[in-house]
Amino acid sequence: MINLPLFVIIPFGVAFFIPMVSRKIKWVPDVLGNLTTFILLLLSLMTLNQEHVYHIGGWKPPFGIVLVLDGLSCLLLIIINLISFMATLFSIEYIEKRFTSKLRYYSLFLLMVGGMNGTVLSGDLFNLFVFMEIASIASYALVGFGCEASELEASFKYLVMGNVASLFVLYGVALLYGKTGSLNIADVARILKEIPSDNLVNFAFVLLIGGFMVKSALVPFHAWLPDAHPSAPAPISAMLSGVVIKALGVYVICRLIFNLFGFNHLISQTLIYLGVISMIVGVCLALLQSDLKRLLAYHSISQIGYVFVGIGIGTPLGILGGLFHLFNHSLFKSLLFLDSGSIEYQTGTRDLNKMGLLYKKMPITSFSTLFASLSISGIPPFNGFWSKLIIILAAIKSGKSIIALWAVIGSILTLSSFTKVLRYSIYGKGEKWEKEKWEKLKEVPDTMVVPLIILSLLCLFTGLLIIGGTEGIFASTIDVLEGSVLKYINKVLGS
Amino acid sequence: MIYYLCFVLFLIGLYGVTCKKNVVKIILGLWIMEYSVNLFLILLGYRKNGIAPILKKGDDIVEFAQKAVDPLPQAMVLTSIVIGLGVLALMVTVAIRLYQRYGTFDITEMKKLKG
Amino acid sequence: MNNEEKGMSLIVKTVTRWLKGFIFLFGAYIVVFGHLSPGGGFPGGVVFAATFILITLAFGREYALKKIGKILASELDSLGALLFLIIATLGIYFTGIFFSNFIEKFHPTGNFKLFSSGTIPLCNISIGIKVGASLFMIFIILSIVRVVFEDGKGKLITTEKKREK
Repeated sequence: MINLPLFVIIPFGVAFFIPMVSRKIKWVPDVLGNLTTFILLLLSLMTLNQEHVYHIGGWKPPFGIVLVLDGLSCLLLIIINLISFMATLFSIEYIEKRFTSKLRYYSLFLLMVGGMNGTVLSGDLFNLFVFMEIASIASYALVGFGCEASELEASFKYLVMGNVASLFVLYGVALLYGKTGSLNIADVARILKEIPSDNLVNFAFVLLIGGFMVKSALVPFHAWLPDAHPSAPAPISAMLSGVVIKALGVYVICRLIFNLFGFNHLISQTLIYLGVISMIVGVCLALLQSDLKRLLAYHSISQIGYVFVGIGIGTPLGILGGLFHLFNHSLFKSLLFLDSGSIEYQTGTRDLNKMGLLYKKMPITSFSTLFASLSISGIPPFNGFWSKLIIILAAIKSGKSIIALWAVIGSILTLSSFTKVLRYSIYGKGEKWEKEKWEKLKEVPDTMVVPLIILSLLCLFTGLLIIGGTEGIFASTIDVLEGSVLKYINKVLGS
Repeated sequence: MIYYLCFVLFLIGLYGVTCKKNVVKIILGLWIMEYSVNLFLILLGYRKNGIAPILKKGDDIVEFAQKAVDPLPQAMVLTSIVIGLGVLALMVTVAIRLYQRYGTFDITEMKKLKG
Repeated sequence: MNNEEKGMSLIVKTVTRWLKGFIFLFGAYIVVFGHLSPGGGFPGGVVFAATFILITLAFGREYALKKIGKILASELDSLGALLFLIIATLGIYFTGIFFSNFIEKFHPTGNFKLFSSGTIPLCNISIGIKVGASLFMIFIILSIVRVVFEDGKGKLITTEKKREK
């Protein structure tokens, strides 16, 4: 049995250790950062299919802080640590060339990873808020890491919106504490089941869900995302888009809706309609962009819409689709952002019009971009196809064919948008393509190529995880969400 | 009643964040929000004529529990103040850097990011 | 004296020179007695930082930075956090539980003992170091901004030199 606090201790410890030693020795941040994320990846793989409730300090649940490991947190842990390992591997060369202070970068990066690990493990509302804030503060700082005008502007926008969201969450937590006198999620759920629902609880629910929806960038709350994601360094964009909006947004919303307040028809409708709106609006705005990373950021909004549609349907098949799409999205979107990073590393631009014919000069980057593009637009052998298929099937099965139709339309629009990317940057030429610059291009260094290859292979083969459907590898995850509130209460508090 | 006043304070802060155009005023608005939440948390644990929640040897537990104020919101407020301090420091730093780059605190003049 | 021109007037400097030790001592008192009386790591750390902020205000930024450098402050900052983490992790080593109060297990509580509440004073000390150092850092970093008057108009400038590589 793994000691659950290790997921928080290791990244925080290394994050504070790096600034102490690496002012003199230059190679320490790279080695320590990569080693830490690798160890965390191994540890998170070891948690597969385990369930555990850890009492910090030996205090029993309603009074002490608990860490809860179940199917859902396990899935999120694997995603977080896999993507963070890829991102750290990628940043060895990338940060060296484009930014100055490596030790601060790795320090903040590990704080972000530790904060997210804590968020997905915590079984306590206030503790969840604290870990969420740690991860958010680190990501605010990382978005403005370059200190250019546009980066600072994006960082400020993200700071204001993220902080308002955090305060909404804190207010919601305070209201719930005032109502129930407890902070433990399971204990709050138990008390809420006993007392009749009133407006105060509903208000707290709206505040909490609204706050976390800002963090997960659904459409009415998305304004920070298209600025923050392109402005960050590429590995951080991959982390933000692949992990942060999921661990701090989607995961917490799932946990609160399914394990704290209970799922009902109204919530289901809200999630589905917000999901559909963000799906269509995100992809339509993406079609207009010519900045590569900005385009990808709008696609993040669109794909998060798919995840919410899947979860909002609420049947086991729908939840499977949503969670599988969440997993797939973190793979292919972080791959796309890393690709955009390596293109930017070599060509020095993010404008699609200035790129062209990259497949001759940067074959691996081009291939991985192709793989990820096919995956995100849902072309059969890739993983994106299977998750979208399941979401559409679940929508049809529960009698919502119009939602299925919108999902298909969104997918087609995604395909057209990525055809544009491939046409302008890789297989064709942009309007302002310069031949002299193109002649000098070459493939990116080895440490940047490795994560691209690993993630492309994962994109190709993780479609296999779907074998078995709702009984397959995701069974324990679905079990957490599909089982009613009671199951979670019994597990945490001990029946 | 006093809880509603807290919420009014929260809304005043929200008004400041959404309607003001100066970076510094936005930060002040956010901090009004932050402190309204902190005030709300403290008021949750407040009890008239309460005693400090420190249990001494020989105190009667039942009597103590009836008289003492709730210590948990105080711990939460302390934590949230510390978090707020971190965010505030970061925010002011970003504002200073923004001023260095743009030469103004007006957010309507900061529009490098569009689309 | 060399630093006569910078900072505030002679009175403030003299008073500061006398008081700084006592203020620091008061901070240490709050930290060390945090487990017995109101106080603890955070308030004590703030008083620590206040000492250095007072020195900065009275004598000028350069003088304060000579006393406690930026790098030293940042390293103390990390050190405090690391110590806190190590104390929490030692709980796993001794009792198998994260954050457990392990000293109590071998060292029965009672009056007139140094660790009368287990690991809490140690935690307080590490938090005191962390908070003091990081608040001082924040103050120093934010104090790069100066207001200068040009053509009758106040203008913010930064006195920072070129960014270190």
